[in-house]
Amino acid sequence: MIHKFKIDDVRIVLDVNSGAVHSVDELVYDILEHYPSKNEGETIKLLEGKYKKDEIKDAIQEIKYLIDNEMLFSKDTYINNHDFINRKPVIKALCLHIAHDCNIRCEYCFASQGDFRGDRSLMSEDIGKKALDFLIENSGNRRNLEVDFFGGEPLLNFDVVKSLVEYGRKREKETNKRFRFTITTNAVLLNDEIIDYINENMDNIVLSIDGRKEINDKMRYAVNGEGTYDIIIPKIKKMVEVRKDKSYFVRGTFTKHNLDFAKDVLHLADLGFKNTSIEPVVAKPGESYALQEEDLPEIFKHYEELAREIIRREKSGKGFNFFHFMIDLEQGPCVIKRLTGCGAGSEYLAITPQGDIYPCHQFVGDEKFKIGNVLTGIENKELGLSFKNAHVYNKEKCKECWAKFYCSGGCHANAYNFNNDINIPYELGCEMEKKRIECSLYIKEKLNME
Amino acid sequence: MKHIRTLSAGTLKKSAEKGGCGECQTSCQSACKTSCTVANQECENR
Repeated sequence: MIHKFKIDDVRIVLDVNSGAVHSVDELVYDILEHYPSKNEGETIKLLEGKYKKDEIKDAIQEIKYLIDNEMLFSKDTYINNHDFINRKPVIKALCLHIAHDCNIRCEYCFASQGDFRGDRSLMSEDIGKKALDFLIENSGNRRNLEVDFFGGEPLLNFDVVKSLVEYGRKREKETNKRFRFTITTNAVLLNDEIIDYINENMDNIVLSIDGRKEINDKMRYAVNGEGTYDIIIPKIKKMVEVRKDKSYFVRGTFTKHNLDFAKDVLHLADLGFKNTSIEPVVAKPGESYALQEEDLPEIFKHYEELAREIIRREKSGKGFNFFHFMIDLEQGPCVIKRLTGCGAGSEYLAITPQGDIYPCHQFVGDEKFKIGNVLTGIENKELGLSFKNAHVYNKEKCKECWAKFYCSGGCHANAYNFNNDINIPYELGCEMEKKRIECSLYIKEKLNME
Repeated sequence: MKHIRTLSAGTLKKSAEKGGCGECQTSCQSACKTSCTVANQECENR
């Protein structure tokens, strides 16, 4: 299977099963419209009016070389891969819902303004420690373990965060594990002391902001209705300044209200942030801010514009990262990771303040998806198995999709929310993901051409 | 080659031999909490 696309003067051909990426001229691009489903003679006839016969023949020889060397139309040999079939996932990451409460109200919040459709509550130190023990006990031989302090707003329960980091450091020495702690915060409660602590103890920080002031403040406001932009900007700047080269992301959400979200990404870059992410909102179709199919052309246009601007800035020494355009063609994840995806429900779990276990943060609050509790362990093993088996070969739409090794079947929660089935991907999300992959490859080629 | 320039010869086939050690980061823990992007994760078993 191949996928080919054109943006501006760049024509890319992707060999899906090997991951090979080629930049081709117009002639090869045209030949691949017909060849090899039509033979060489038929292809020449079809294109003779536009190109010289010898040129077409030459180009077909080049295509044949790539086919012979498994860089074009290569076969999918992974479905029977021994390690894929026999993989036994262990739990390696937790999303700790340290606070089911929030100090701001975001209109699009999937956590129902922080309480996840339940009572507002904070995780106790005891439940948090039990969660870390549960992770260690269920992680098999895996050494690197990840814990994200999440909410609601985790800074509302920061003393427990600190206790758990301390406990984790003690336990990792005893067990030869390594905890990577991360935190996702709206930044409102950041102060010098917290900034220093986070900088020292967190492997990654996700700081939430949607971009331009008017865009951010329309969706992210305090309990009194006032926008958060002016409160958080100095704090995020301080955090990033202290952070220097250590990992962080300034992350936001775009909705139907800002289909020109590229401007928000660039706004964040203009503020000096080097690691940015603005993601499409996930919302029920009836919501005024929900993205719809009719918005796709506009969204695609802005992804392309963003890609062009990223290239310009990179060339002028003002480059920055946009999370969804980051792609590593040489040292990215192995194909088994790409087949199995995010690992929700099998490698990655979310823990509520009460210790309840869910497949991921997006399912929290929906009792049907409760897998167990850290005090009693996993009770619904079948649910975990159904998530383990929700890989690209079990998703009809993914089998024939060229992007399957990049998105790995997409987000289970999106699939469930839109199609009531974790095995039926969320179509709108698929279309946007495909566009982002094309833009990433376009950027690679453009920077490579210089 | 005159008509084709290869940006990457592809790493997927070779990566299948490594067997998926699983030490890599969980994709949702990085910067996306609402959309799945796997291809930008780094392999930790190079």
